Amino acid sequence: MADENNPNRTNGKNGNKVGLLEKVTAGVKGDIQSLKTDIPTKAKEQIEGLKDPTKTQVYTSIFRHKHDDTPRNRALGVLSNVFLHLHPAKINRDAVRYSYTWGMGGITFYLFIILTYTGVLLMFYYHPSKVQAFRDVLYLEHDVPFGKILRNMHRWAAHLMVIAVWLHMFRVFLTGSYKKPREFNWNIGVLLLVFTLLLSFTGYLLPDDQLGFWAVTVGTNMARATPLLGHEGPFGSMLGMTPYNDVRFGLLGGSIVDANALLRSYIWHCIGIPIVASVLMIVHFWRVRKDGGISGPAPVMLEAEADKPRRGPKAAGE
Amino acid sequence: MDWRQLWEICSAPDNVPIVGLIPLLAFFIYLAWKQAHANDQLIAQLEADPAMAKTHHRKTWPFKPGWQKEVHVWPFLLRIEFLAAIIVTIILMVWSISLNAPLEEPANPNLTMNPAKAPWYFLGLQEMLVYFDPWIAGVVMPTMIIVGLMVIPYVDTNPLGSGYYTWKQRKFSISTFLFGFVILWVAMIIIGTFIRGPGWQWFWPGQTWDHNRLIYEVNRDLPDIFGITSNAAKAIFGAIVVGGYYLIGGGLVYSLFRRRMGKDFQRMSLLQFSMVQFLLLTMVALPLKMGLRLLWHIKYVWITPWFNV
Repeated sequence: MADENNPNRTNGKNGNKVGLLEKVTAGVKGDIQSLKTDIPTKAKEQIEGLKDPTKTQVYTSIFRHKHDDTPRNRALGVLSNVFLHLHPAKINRDAVRYSYTWGMGGITFYLFIILTYTGVLLMFYYHPSKVQAFRDVLYLEHDVPFGKILRNMHRWAAHLMVIAVWLHMFRVFLTGSYKKPREFNWNIGVLLLVFTLLLSFTGYLLPDDQLGFWAVTVGTNMARATPLLGHEGPFGSMLGMTPYNDVRFGLLGGSIVDANALLRSYIWHCIGIPIVASVLMIVHFWRVRKDGGISGPAPVMLEAEADKPRRGPKAAGE
Repeated sequence: MDWRQLWEICSAPDNVPIVGLIPLLAFFIYLAWKQAHANDQLIAQLEADPAMAKTHHRKTWPFKPGWQKEVHVWPFLLRIEFLAAIIVTIILMVWSISLNAPLEEPANPNLTMNPAKAPWYFLGLQEMLVYFDPWIAGVVMPTMIIVGLMVIPYVDTNPLGSGYYTWKQRKFSISTFLFGFVILWVAMIIIGTFIRGPGWQWFWPGQTWDHNRLIYEVNRDLPDIFGITSNAAKAIFGAIVVGGYYLIGGGLVYSLFRRRMGKDFQRMSLLQFSMVQFLLLTMVALPLKMGLRLLWHIKYVWITPWFNV
């Protein structure tokens, strides 16, 4: 900075050149003037703008369409949302009737989400080891805040999911929804049924109590009797099967239900089967859409029309 | 009548889902039957009146020309899904607050639970262990159930009844599924849960579970009744009986299909039909074997050095 009192300074008195002091003063004055008038005006404008947050850059970057109640926006609300775009934008007016669908497929999926959520929380408190497992459950029951309701909800949601899967399959059968072109998706569904039961079964052992221990002992004892691959099964011993190398040993990681079995069922329960089931679910939902959406309620067919080709160019050739 | 025993079984936390399943299943069977009945009436009406069949919208729900055929998913479907999620959450909350998940004593391999039961959804399979050796009840039958379910779409050649509830157009397939699901699966689970007590013995509902009860039953094998003693003869005899069952049964299924479901039968390939024959007869073999065991105390039909059926 220049020193005003310095006698050696050479600039400032050179003709009509404006001195630095004047420059700075004028600048500061301008700044103050703008603070008094321009900034409040701008701020006022921007606060006015905030009254409609849907016009802000943040909002428009998240939601890519307006929210006015127009048919276009109703469709975009579904199509431009990654979670909702599982659905088409529009469906048959009767397809929303829950006396037809019972809603069991959706409820099954919702229960799977609840189970994932409560299951992850339970994992924070659980060690899959013989020393700790049972104590961790006691800890959850008595000391962890909301631990008891967490465990209860995980268990009851699991039971409810088994029931919901059965009822979903029952509905799909009764409405003939496995028929052409949905044969393949029925098969994916059967696999999902199996994996639901296996998920529940592998979880049964985890509290490491008498109930789980004996249920899993009873369940896996069946594997001893697998034809060819179990040591007590038909032709098993002829193929060299013993309690230490047969299919049951592979399931339990030992010849009895012990530490390895606990770890194995933990990993299958928390990682292995959920991943496989999730992949199958993706395929299942995708195929529902690709096979023409939900099967009905479809117009009834008459006996005389049974062998006539159905609508569409493909059907005409068959 | 031991009400306390009955209450203990019904209120055991892990049995509650089955207690809940029974009315739920009854309700949904009723709901399906109601819609099937309405559709069947409409079908009969349309079959009788071809002119009406050409113009009718073919559903039991009202529809008038000019009404929109499609509705927006948002909000008409999503609001239902959202409500269903809330209702399920509330049910789960109430259930989780009012009933605790079971926790027994720490696992102890030296102290066998009596009765030692599988999880409730597998009790049908465990009940089958009474009637079949483990390799059939625990391995072959579950595999056949899964395979049987998977082939359904490929062997059901009836094009009618796709996408709506009906009974009259699908009598055979629906009664077969009801038999398999309600009688063989759910009823067996109910037996396994409510009837089977200590030692896996049969206790009627309300009968006290007596841990010291002994039953003096002498189980026989079918060849014994016919006085067959040598092992080779037993194996041959059993093979004839089991083979005969599938042969004669297969003939019965054939004559049933030819007479009652001629059109479906014509649409089926030989592979499709033999699959149906085999799976159907295997399914029916289960209650037959149960009958042999419960009524005549017959354990095995076919005895060989390697396996018994």
